Amino acid sequence: MDKVQDNRAWFLIIPVFLIVAFSAVVPLMTVVNYSVQEIFGPGQTFFVGTEWFEAVLKDDRLHDALVRQIIYSLAVLLIEIPLGILIALGMPGGRSAKTSLTLVLLALPLLIPFNVVGTIWQIFGRGDIGLLGATFRAIGIDYNYTNNSAHAWITVLVMDVWHWTSLVALLCYAGLQSIPPAFYQAAKIDGASKWAVFRYIQLPKMRGVLIIAVLLRFMDSFMIYTEPFVLTGGGPGNSTTFLSQYLTQMAVGQFDIGKAAAFSIVYFLIVLLFSFIFYTIITRTGEGEKK
Amino acid sequence: MTLTLEGVAKRVGAEQHLHPLSLELQPGSFNVLLGRTLAGKTTLMRLMAGLDAPTAGRVLENGKDVTGKSVRHRDVAMVYQQFINYPAMTVYDNIASPLRRQGKDKAEIDAKVRRTAAMLRIEPYLDRLPAELSGGQQQRCAIARALVKGAGLLLLDEPLVNLDYKLREELRAELRDIFADGKTTVVYATTEPQEALILGGNVTVLHEGRMLQTGATGDVFHTPASLECAQVFSDPPMNVVDAILTNDRVALSDGTSLPLSAHDRNLPAGPCKVGIRANHLTVLRRSERLVPVKGKVALSEISGSETFVHLRHGDTTLVAREEGVHSHPIGSDIQVYADPDRIFVFSTAGQLVAAPNWRRGALRNIA
Repeated sequence: MDKVQDNRAWFLIIPVFLIVAFSAVVPLMTVVNYSVQEIFGPGQTFFVGTEWFEAVLKDDRLHDALVRQIIYSLAVLLIEIPLGILIALGMPGGRSAKTSLTLVLLALPLLIPFNVVGTIWQIFGRGDIGLLGATFRAIGIDYNYTNNSAHAWITVLVMDVWHWTSLVALLCYAGLQSIPPAFYQAAKIDGASKWAVFRYIQLPKMRGVLIIAVLLRFMDSFMIYTEPFVLTGGGPGNSTTFLSQYLTQMAVGQFDIGKAAAFSIVYFLIVLLFSFIFYTIITRTGEGEKK
Repeated sequence: MTLTLEGVAKRVGAEQHLHPLSLELQPGSFNVLLGRTLAGKTTLMRLMAGLDAPTAGRVLENGKDVTGKSVRHRDVAMVYQQFINYPAMTVYDNIASPLRRQGKDKAEIDAKVRRTAAMLRIEPYLDRLPAELSGGQQQRCAIARALVKGAGLLLLDEPLVNLDYKLREELRAELRDIFADGKTTVVYATTEPQEALILGGNVTVLHEGRMLQTGATGDVFHTPASLECAQVFSDPPMNVVDAILTNDRVALSDGTSLPLSAHDRNLPAGPCKVGIRANHLTVLRRSERLVPVKGKVALSEISGSETFVHLRHGDTTLVAREEGVHSHPIGSDIQVYADPDRIFVFSTAGQLVAAPNWRRGALRNIA
C-alpha cells in the first residue's frame, strides 16, 4: 500500500501535543530545571549541577519523614484493605432499601473534602468542646493530639480509615456482586466452609478490584497532606510531618526552590517505584495461583 | 439412591412456583425433567438438592426423611447452566476438591481424578485454569467435579444450553455413556424434547409449575396424557385442530376429513381435538393412505437439514415437516399430507382419548 503524505494530519495531533505539554511535560521540566539551579531571585540563577540532589539524599529530616511515611502508608493498607473486605462481605445484597441505605452511608465520607475531614476530627478530638476528646477525658484517658505524638499519629490514621475505607468496601462490594449465585450454591453443595468460599471463590473474583484498591490507597496515603496540616500542621514536633508536609515547608516556608524541586523529583520517583513494586507483587501472586 | 418426593410444593410470597407433586426416582435411573423456561425445573431441582426447603411435602432419600436437612449434609452433586469451577484452582485441583473434602488419600485422589478427566476427555488440560479453557471444556471440568464426588444423586440443570451447537451434540452423545455406571440417580433438566428423546430413561414433563406426566420417555412421548403435555414434548409444538368424530371418519374444522384408523375406531361420536405432530404432516406424499390438506404458506423455516412449513388453512395454522432444505414463497399455495394412522385424539378438555399404536423399543427410530 502506498503511504499517503498529508501534512494536515498534524492538525489532528497538535491538540493532544499541546494538552500533554502544558499539563505534564512543561511543569515537570520546570521542576527539573529548578532542581539544578540555585535561585536567588528573578533572573538571578546559577547552575549547580546535582548539588541539590545530594543535599536531599543526605537530609536527615527527610529520611525521618520518609520512614514515617512508609510506616503510615503500610498501616493504612493493613487496616483499610481487610476492613474494607470485611465490610463488603457483610453488606446486604440484592435490590432492597437496606442495600441502598448502606451504599449511601458508605459513600458519604467519600463526598467530604479533605480539609473538612481534617476540621471535623480536629474539633471532634478537642478535649474541651469535642465529643471524642471529652469522652476520653471523662473515662480518664488524657487524650491530646496537640502535645502527644502518638495521639496525633493515631488521630491522623483513624481519620484516613474513616475517610477512605468506604472506597475499598465499595470496590470490593462491586467485585462480590459480579459473582453469579450459582457459585455459592455449588460451594454449598460441595460442603465448602465459609473460609473456603472466601479463599477460593470470593478472593480470586475480587482480585482485579483489590489491585486497584491497594494502588489507589497506597498512592493517596503516600501523598497525604491536608489532614495532618489541618490537625496539627505536622506536629507535635515533627511527628506527623510526612513527605508532602516537609516538601511544602521547604518550598513555601523556607523558599528553598532548588532543593524542593530536587525533592519533588525524588518523591515522584519513590511513588512510582513503590507503585510498580506493589503492582508487580500483586499480579505475580495471581499468576503464582495459576501454576 | 432412591429419591422420593411426597407432595412437595414451593411457594414464594403469593406465587406458587411449584404445585404439589409426588415422584419416585429409582437408584441408578436416568431422569429427564422436561419443560419450557419457568416451568419449575430449577425450582424442583433445588428442592431435590436441598438448596431450598419445600413449603409443603416431604423429601426422602432411601426412605429417610431429609426435608429440612441442609445441602451440606446431603449426598448430591450438581452441574449448572453456567460453567461453575473454582476460578483460582487448576482443572486438576477443581476435580480433586470434592475428594479432598472427603479426606481420601493422595493416590486414590490422583487415580480418580485422572480416570474421570480421561472419561470427559480433558486430561491434557489438567494443569490449566478454568478461564484458559473453552466453554465446552469448562463444562466438562464442572461435570467431572460433580461425577468424581460419587454422590448418590446427580443433578444437571440444562448443562448444555450455553454451549454451541456442535459441542452440545458431541457432549450430549457422550453423557448417556458417562452416566451409565448404574449407581447414581441422575436428574437432567432440559427445555428441548429432542434432548429428552436422545437421552432416554424416564421423563417428567413440567408446565407452569405443575407436573403433567411422568414415565418412561418413550411412553410419555407416544402417549402424552394431555394436550399440554403433548405440546411441551413436541418441537415444533403439535398441530391441534378442533374436529368432530363420526363412526368412520373424523372431520377437522377446516373441512379436511380423515378416515379412522385402528387406534381411533370405536370411539364415541362427538366433538374432540385432533393433534398431529409436524413429522406426520408431510409435503411429500409417501403413501396413498395420506390425506391431502391444502393451504397457503405463512412461513418456512429451516432447521438442520429439514424444513418446517407453516401454512394457513382456513383459520388454523399448521406446521408440516419436509425432508431437506427447501424454500417456499410466502403466500404460495401448498398441499401437505396428513397420516391418519398417526393422529392423536384428545377430548375437548384436552385429555388423551386415543394415541397411535407404537412398538415399545422403537424409540430410537423416531428420535
